[in-house]
Amino acid sequence: MDVKAGLFYVFAALLLFAAFRVVTARNPVHAALYLVWTFIQAAMIWLLLRAEFLAMALVLVYVGAVMVLFLFVVMMLDINFDTMRQGFRRHLPLAGLIGVVVALQMAAVLMGGFRMTEPMAMPVLPLPGEASNTRDLGVLLYSEYVLPVQIAAVILLVAIIAAIALTLRERKDSKHIGADAQVRVKSRDRLRVVQMAATQPAQPLPSAAEPPADAATGEKKP
Amino acid sequence: MTTLTLGHFLSLGAILFALSVIGIFLNRKNLIILLMAIELMLLAVNMNFVAFSYFLGDMRGQIFVFFILTVAAAESAIGLAILVQLFRNKSNINVDELNSLKG
Repeated sequence: MDVKAGLFYVFAALLLFAAFRVVTARNPVHAALYLVWTFIQAAMIWLLLRAEFLAMALVLVYVGAVMVLFLFVVMMLDINFDTMRQGFRRHLPLAGLIGVVVALQMAAVLMGGFRMTEPMAMPVLPLPGEASNTRDLGVLLYSEYVLPVQIAAVILLVAIIAAIALTLRERKDSKHIGADAQVRVKSRDRLRVVQMAATQPAQPLPSAAEPPADAATGEKKP
Repeated sequence: MTTLTLGHFLSLGAILFALSVIGIFLNRKNLIILLMAIELMLLAVNMNFVAFSYFLGDMRGQIFVFFILTVAAAESAIGLAILVQLFRNKSNINVDELNSLKG
């Protein structure tokens, strides 16, 4: 057994253990941390497959950003996790059966059909000088896949806007005034000049015998 | 068994996918764990893509993984935002109580 195969088995065993703990952990914080472990082991396996850039992107993007987001959300929500696990035992046999069947079927087909041991010879774009995974990926991304890169950028923008729009909550008692309203204000909104006589004649006091004004319309007040 | 074949990596992806299917069955109530299981499924798919990319000598598999990572990040961000909003409205994240659409 060569070193690479040994490393693969170690990484795969750790990855599967961590993935199993993700779906069975009692505490979601532990599940998130096991998921971090899973992603790190997957990055190790991708390093064995010479996908260095993607392995580092997996660690940086997933472990650094997405999993921290998961942890924030888990810690922010105040959830009773014991009620969340009702039905866990009841679903266990069915879930185990389905999982084993799926895994065995896939593994039988895959181990029978894909005996390829050596990688085929060349990368897509033969580059002068030293072969670099990052450089190959970059050349391909920015030449052949420019439009998908832009679409991916739009998807990320939509994700940003959607996440902010979903979770933004304005305070009811806030005294904040919108900047557009402040800019659009005119001087006549602030100050109103009225004309009135210099001296006011004294108003006669309303006498009690005089009927109120709305009695003239014929309607009776309750 | 001693030399790695493409089948080893594909089998690893298959087992990982099956584990996440088990996780979806087990944690029917907890939306956070469901999102984590979806991330595991995407990881299994990415594993297949990277393995094929290596053994077939084609970089396009890795390009595809790149875009899957992008979409998965967007998906988890929006999913967690929906989760937070759900918790604010219902005070729990039980999947069984998401029945206001009567679907």
